[in-house]
Amino acid sequence: MAASVKLHLQFGGGAELLFDKIKKREIELPALKKYFPDCQHDKWNIRDLLVWIKDNLLRERPELFLQGDSVRPGILVLINDADWELYGELDYELQDNDTIMFISTLHGG
Amino acid sequence: MPVPCRTGCGKNAMLKRPKTGDALCKDCFFWAFETEIHFTITKAELFKSGDSVAVAASGGKDSTVLAHVLKTLNQRFNYGLNLMLLSIDEGITGYRDDSLETVKQNRDDYEMPLKILSYKELYGWTMDEIVAQIGRKNNCTFCGVFRRQALDRGAAMLGVKCIATGHNADDIAETVLMNVLRGDIARLKRCTAITTGSEGTIPRVKPLKYTYEKEIVMYAHYKKLVYFSTECVFAPNAYRGHARALLKDMEKIRASCIMDIIYSGETMAVKEEVTLPSQRTCIRCNFVSSQEVCKACVLLEGLNKGLPKLGIGKSSKAKKMLEEYNAQQTNYKESLQAAAKELDDVQSKKELCLSDSKNCKSGLCKGKTKLNRNSSINSNDYTNSSNAKECCSNCSGSCERIKVNADVNNTKVNTLLEKYVINETNIAKVNGEGTLCNPSNSDDNLNNSDDEEHTHAEYIDTHIEQEDETCSASCGKLGSLNIGF
Ligand SMILES: [Zn+2]
Ligand SMILES: [Zn+2]
Ligand SMILES: [Zn+2]
Repeated sequence: MAASVKLHLQFGGGAELLFDKIKKREIELPALKKYFPDCQHDKWNIRDLLVWIKDNLLRERPELFLQGDSVRPGILVLINDADWELYGELDYELQDNDTIMFISTLHGG
Repeated sequence: MPVPCRTGCGKNAMLKRPKTGDALCKDCFFWAFETEIHFTITKAELFKSGDSVAVAASGGKDSTVLAHVLKTLNQRFNYGLNLMLLSIDEGITGYRDDSLETVKQNRDDYEMPLKILSYKELYGWTMDEIVAQIGRKNNCTFCGVFRRQALDRGAAMLGVKCIATGHNADDIAETVLMNVLRGDIARLKRCTAITTGSEGTIPRVKPLKYTYEKEIVMYAHYKKLVYFSTECVFAPNAYRGHARALLKDMEKIRASCIMDIIYSGETMAVKEEVTLPSQRTCIRCNFVSSQEVCKACVLLEGLNKGLPKLGIGKSSKAKKMLEEYNAQQTNYKESLQAAAKELDDVQSKKELCLSDSKNCKSGLCKGKTKLNRNSSINSNDYTNSSNAKECCSNCSGSCERIKVNADVNNTKVNTLLEKYVINETNIAKVNGEGTLCNPSNSDDNLNNSDDEEHTHAEYIDTHIEQEDETCSASCGKLGSLNIGF
């Protein structure tokens, strides 16, 4: 049974404005089955992480960060500094100590 | 499991390029990104050796990356350009303050001279002061119109050959879409041009025209470039927000749609008989305008007259407002003269506060002092300096009575405002349903003479009404606005 997962979360490009302006967070996800008792798979993936973020970190205007079960188009996701599009996007299984970064392209300049 | 770099360099890929679908490592991405911009610049012959070029710098991601890449390419390919940064300070506390710090960082990092021009110097008003006058609803109109002209003025001061702006492919696709959605054929025709500007103006060029926003952000991230991002503190445009969201949704499904929309915009032919507004210069300030008096001057006049909503709606409404205002000013002046005459009869001259309006304590005189200060900066003063003089040379406590007149005046102005200034449907509600205000919108306004918010109706109002069109487009049958492919 998978134990808890420690992650480094980062927010940039304006995405941090939706998270109390905090750019870096250390989080610890509980065992997946503990958080989602009905879950069919064993390991945390990005899709699950987004739900956790919505429940625990995102206080207002979730529609600026999330759309459906994914991030809002225009928010880039990096897994250990690499484009998540190379790693299966929502289905990527999180490893202990991964760095997941969200960068907004929507907050311009 | 890591994906190898498409080029076969042996390193692991770090990103998938939206434009080509290629998976590249950082170094190969940098090379591809910079080389494409180099090709864009050389193919369109944007610069000549020896040119001075101002980079319109907002401190945001696009202009920061643009400045970095231009500096890199200038050295790598010996463009022979003299690059500098040009920034506009609108006077928005907390927003532009911070972004200007970022621009100063750019100046130091890229060793480029920086010129900052403020609305206050140029127009006599900061955005904060304008917002205090008109509220937050319409201020993006002011901001966009003033900023566009401010850049021209700044570039003229710097004596540069052209202004390079940070418009990226996503911005341009969005503008194409917006012009289609507004039926603005004149702007649709112009908005994809890589170089804009008519005779007598300093051209604007868009070296990032074919560069995806995602790649700009990834480039800035991997190069650790410092840029400023925030929600614009003022109201976003809801209509544009929807267009932007639509585009991002489509891009997610098929990334090439950005290039496809730009291509459509570039190749779309406009029927000959579409009357495009001709460019001319403003009779007041001499900068380019499609009207006799440019929008900046109209807005400024509104502010200085205490009719801040002037120029926000249709031009015909603005005209009516002005006529009424002027008529009513004449009445006001007459009543002042009458009051003055009465005073002359009753009071001896030694009691009068002489023409030094600074020392006049009456509320009215203070107002005039302020207006006069502004008028020294702007040639377009309709400020009633004659009224001010009359007041000052005749006032001695009796200003109270003139003040009453001023109040009446305000009530009338308010009625006027209620009556005439409406066309606000195309202007956003504050925090309108989750739209991220995107300061790159203001960047658009800033850089893009094609970006002023116009509705179809307004376009027709300004450009076609004068010709004897009996139908004002309400029936939707204006044949001349059809697009021929
Ligand atoms: Zn490579
Ligand atoms: Zn704005
Ligand atoms: Zn003008």
